[in-house]
Parts: sequence; C-alpha cells; structure tokens
Amino acid sequence: MDLEFDARYDDFRSEVREFLSKHKPPKSLGVAEEEASGRITWLSLLIEHGYWARTIPEAYGGYGAPPDLLETVIMDEEFNRVGVARGFNAQGPSMLVPTLLTHGSEEQRKRWISPTMRGEIIWCQGYSEPGSGSDLASLQTSGTEDGDDFLLNGQKIWTSTADKAQMCFILVRTEPDAKKHEGISYVLLPMDTPGIEVQRLETMSGSIGENSFNQVFLTDVRVPRANVVGKRGEGWKIANTTLKHERSSLNANAEGTLLRLAKLMQKETIGGVPAMASPMYRDRLMKLQARALTMKHHGMRMLTCNLKGEPAGVAGLIVKLQNCQLSFDMAALAIDVMGELGALYDHTKYERERGYWQALSMFSLGLIIGGGTAQIQKNIIAEHGLGLPREPKPAKV
Amino acid sequence: MDFGLSEEQQLLEQTLRGFLAEHVPIERVRELRDADCPNDRSIWSALAELGFAGVLVPEAQNGSGLTLLDAALVAQALGHSATPSPFLASGIMAPMALATAGGTAADAWLEGIGSGDLVMGVAVTELFSVREGAGVQQRGGQLHGRAMMAVDACNANLLLVAIDSETFAVVKTDAAGLEITRLNTVDATRCTSEAVFEGVRPEAVFDGAGDAIRRMLEAGRIALAADALGACEAMIEQSVAYAKERKQFGRLIGSFQAVKHMCSEMIAELEPARSLLWYSAHSFDAMPEETPLLACHVLAHVSEIAREIASVSTQVHGGIGWTDEQNLHFWFKRIANARHLLGGPEHLRDQAAKLQGFAPAA
Repeated sequence: MDLEFDARYDDFRSEVREFLSKHKPPKSLGVAEEEASGRITWLSLLIEHGYWARTIPEAYGGYGAPPDLLETVIMDEEFNRVGVARGFNAQGPSMLVPTLLTHGSEEQRKRWISPTMRGEIIWCQGYSEPGSGSDLASLQTSGTEDGDDFLLNGQKIWTSTADKAQMCFILVRTEPDAKKHEGISYVLLPMDTPGIEVQRLETMSGSIGENSFNQVFLTDVRVPRANVVGKRGEGWKIANTTLKHERSSLNANAEGTLLRLAKLMQKETIGGVPAMASPMYRDRLMKLQARALTMKHHGMRMLTCNLKGEPAGVAGLIVKLQNCQLSFDMAALAIDVMGELGALYDHTKYERERGYWQALSMFSLGLIIGGGTAQIQKNIIAEHGLGLPREPKPAKV
Repeated sequence: MDFGLSEEQQLLEQTLRGFLAEHVPIERVRELRDADCPNDRSIWSALAELGFAGVLVPEAQNGSGLTLLDAALVAQALGHSATPSPFLASGIMAPMALATAGGTAADAWLEGIGSGDLVMGVAVTELFSVREGAGVQQRGGQLHGRAMMAVDACNANLLLVAIDSETFAVVKTDAAGLEITRLNTVDATRCTSEAVFEGVRPEAVFDGAGDAIRRMLEAGRIALAADALGACEAMIEQSVAYAKERKQFGRLIGSFQAVKHMCSEMIAELEPARSLLWYSAHSFDAMPEETPLLACHVLAHVSEIAREIASVSTQVHGGIGWTDEQNLHFWFKRIANARHLLGGPEHLRDQAAKLQGFAPAA
C-alpha cells in the first residue's frame, strides 16, 4: 500500500489545476450532432495534454503515457473538484476501444481508435435482441456470406444512442451450423448502410434522463467481411472481454452522489427541522456512506489491478452488481427524505433538483438490469469467480 | 504507488495462516472451549516467538514496529482460524495506548508485551457504553468500581482500565482488591470478563492521555473489523466448498441458482469491505487525520455484513451447519460477539455522523 504523493505528483497536480483554470469544457458533452464540434475540440485538447486517452499508444492517437495509478487519481480528483468530465463516457471509448486494443487488427486500431477517442465517431452496441436478453448467446441476427460481404438480417434492442451513432459494434450469427457460442462474429457496422431502421424505445424514466434507447431493424444490410474483429465465430469470446470492462468500469461516482444526498438532507426540512436532524434518516445516510467508501476504495484496488495488468479475479466481477444497487439505494433515501413531495416529476411545482432523484432511481434500476441482470451477474460471480458448477442442461423435450 | 498489499505483507499473511492451520486447527479451538480461559498461553507464546505479539511494539522496545495494516492482517488471520488469543488487547490496544502515552513504565511494559512474557488485557467498554451502572473511579490513589466486558483480562498479567476519555490506569491482575470474573458469552474463542475494583492501587495512572485512548480505540476497532472479516472469509470458503460436494435432488447443491446467489452475495459484500479495511488500516499510519471516521465506518459496516454472512453461510450448509459437530458455529459466534465489543454499529454510525457535523455533538 503506497498512496504517497511525492513532489513529482505535486507538480502534476498543479499542472492539471492550471489547465482547468485556463480551459473550459463545452456546455454539454453529449453524443448529439449539435454537440459534435464542442465535443471534438474539447476531447482533442484533453488528449493533447494527456488527460484523456492517456495510456493509449501514440500510434493509435493516444497520449502514450505509462500507466500510473496516482496520476489517474489526481486527474479524477481535480476534474471532479471543478465538476468537469474528464473525457467522454460513451460506449466507443469505454467498450469498443479496449476490445480493439486486445483483439483488433493493426489496421482496425489505426482506423477507429483515434476518431473514437476524439469523439468524432459515436458508437452504439448491437448485442441484445428481443429473444436474446439474459441468454445473449442465443442471438439470431444473421450474417450470411455474400462475396466479400456479409448480409445482415434481424433485430436488435436496447441499442442506446443508435439514433445518433455513426457506427455500431454488433454481434451476428455468421456460422449457423456451429455450436451456440461458436457461431457468432463481432462486426463493425456503419449506421448509414442501407437497410438499417432505428426506432426509439421509450423507457420508464420518460422525458428526464439523457439516455436514448432504441430498437434497430436490419434488412439485407451489407457489411464487408473485413469489418469482423478477431476471427469469424469468435465474437462471443471477444464480446465477453468488452462486457468484463463494463462490469468493472461502471463507476457510479458514489462519493459524489452521497455528498449531494447529504446536502439535500441538510436543506430539506420536515416541520421546520432539517432531515439531517432525524436519527432515522441520518443512520440510513451513514450506512450508505460506509458502502460508498467501500466502493471508492475498491475502485482504487481495481484500478491498481488494471494498471498493473494483474487479474482482479472475483473482486472485479462484483463491481457492477454493487455499484448499481448502491446508486438505487441512495436515490431511495433521497426520495424518502423528500417524503410526499419525492414523487413530483416532469418539472412540476415544488419538484426538487429538477427530478434528479426519481430519474436516478429509475436509471439505476435500468443499470441493475442492463449489461447482464443482477441475477446473471450473480451466476457469473458464482461460476467464474467461485468455481461453482453450472446448472445442468434440461433434458431435450 | 500501489493500492494493495506489499510482497512482505503477503508473505506475512501466508506464513501466519500456514502456522495457524497447522498448530491451531478447529479441533484445538474445540478443546479450548472447556478451559477456564480460551487464551491458551502456549499458543500465544508460539505466536510471540514468530514476532506477532510485538507487531505494534516500537523497535526501541524490541518490537517489530510494523504498521496497523500489518497488524490488521494478523487479526484477520486469527479471525480466519478462530484462534483464541489475547491479540486484540495485548497485541493491538494496549501497545497502542502505551506507545502513544509514553514514559518509562510504558516502555518497560511494551518490551514485556512484545516478547509475549507479559499479557495485558483492556477494560474500555464504559468509554462508549455504560450498562449496569458500571464505571471505574479514582479516589485517594485507589481504584473503585466495575468494568464490564473487559477483553483478554482473565489470563493476563496486567489490565489497562479506562477511567474516562482522558485517563487510563494499569493494574496488576493479582492486585489486592481486584476481582476478575470470566463472563461467558456465546463465543468460546474470546475471553471477556468483569473486573471489580475495591480499592485497587494502580501501577500507573496516565492523565491527559486523550490521544492515547483515541488511538487505542481506533486501532482496536480496525483490528476487530479485520478479525470479523477473516471469520467471514472462513465461513464463505467453507460454504463454497460444501456447495461443491453436497448433493441433493441428484445434483451438487452449488449448481442451484438459489445457492449460487447466496454465495455470490456474500463474496460481493466481502471484497469491497476488504478494500475499505486495507485503506482504513493504512490511514492509521499514513493519513491519521482520516482515521477517526474510517475506524467507525469500517467496523460498523463489517459488523453488518458479517452478521448476514454468518447467517447465510450457515444456511448454505443446511441442517448440518446448525450442529455443534460441523464447527461452523465457532465463527458464527466469534462474529456475534465482535459486533458490540468495541461499540455496536448504531453507536459507531452516530459517532461517524458527529465527526462530520451531521449530528449534534454529545
């Protein structure tokens, strides 16, 4: 355990502070078309200074620095302090780029990583299908060989940002005769290819909350066979490396949410008395603070493993499960503190914080389910983390 | 620059766990539950010979002068093996109080404690919870009153007794006027007793020792959390192993999702708690200004998850887990006893709120 900041790190910290005092991010850093120029300028500036894409090799448009836990911690601390996002939390940088770094061809890395990190290309993830949720490997969207191309046919669901994305990393069944897990390929698909139809999917959180979910319909969509990442039929294995990133990288910034919750409890009054003065609410807050502290320091432990290239084992598999539930539970306390006014929504009179806590509650519930439900996570933890036996297959009827 | 255990710490943990597996198997723990006091001096002497009694004793007093994180790993290993020993009082709390308070008498005791020749119990319950009108006062150079749930006192040479949050005394356990009586708890692996003082002349009284008392409690709470976490580890290991060998309905029970999910939920609570434990223990030496809050949170949190893990592990074993023969209950009861030994979760969370100005200070 060595968390000392020596003089070199003091210099680094002042460097980051100076940068943040001189440069302001765009008003919003989303995936929308109208945000593109501000997004690209800002991300390019961050990469130039090494605050984003820091450890990605220069050959692929990154900054090319060696991994360093404390530098990462300092950057996060300083950016959080002024409430500026350090980079761009979208599926391209967080899921596709790590996959290409591990499994992509040299050509694919050179072509896609740099524009993805700069925010020039927005990606969506084409995994789930109406008939293949928890049992993702049963997916039926087909990729039929046709000359140098595949012709894709089928339907994807829960495709967030598909309406705004230029590219999709998609799982399709290219080897229909192979076993379930061995017939899938991981393909890079331009979203402007003819035959793609995107339909918005409304979720329970309604108008508040920025995530847009969609269904994507594919009819004879032509994609070059060269767009397969890794080998044909190895898509399942490759997708699992990406999902592993999703599982251990879902950092809910629990500490920030907890501070916001504590402020709410100091401000919100019941019968003229702040909610914080109630031992019942306070005890719940302290329970949540302990959990937030565990996940904060667990995050540092996982970051150390990532940066050193050491396997995190079962400790890495539990991150998504715990963070999403913690986030839901923090929203629940906030809603309880607001009492009968906690259900106000859609920017109604007396609504607190523009509906933030109800939106967080519903969004966290979505995260508990998305990317593998909590129950699927528990199966994975048990089977891959603890070595418990798989469920026997039911006899064929 | 690293969030994790050093190679030396991993080696320390391996060495000690290896030693305990060989010399204090659960059958030995079972034998000791019938003794007058479970703190068998031969086990403690062996641990002292390996240097574990003096982990926190400064090098100037011939101790190892290691950090609280090292000491927490020792506590965790002792919890993992459910080893009865006076480590919490004599290895953690007393040395921390004495080393912080300082002085010739303290230095001499520290040397004895580190070698394992002297064992010092602690009586500090009344600092955070007064029951049965207990409390020890000083009158005319003598101690009067009663201390409840003293830790590791009955097989000890000396007893550290807290008088108030600024003052503690050290007495000989065979001093005239002092009666130490074992109080049996559910937990046969830890020694707790009542100490009645009727005009006891102390060996020394430490005044203005607020820092020493605070650091002693912080170290004790972090070490107790480590002990409980080690006990949780042992219970989860046994549950997973049992789920891989026990068959019902023609299948290994570990292939049932209901059983899998019990195991996953336990490990999902354990691992982040381990991260917080490492950080809290590390803060004690490296960032002591953070420790008061962390010590409250880590023990309160571990106490909560440990109760659940103790219950669920037993349930994974089914009926056999509830029997005396299966031994699982030694850990269950060690966890149950630890919950309130140095302040229960409600008290600790109240303290945590006060430290942050969220609750009116007492």
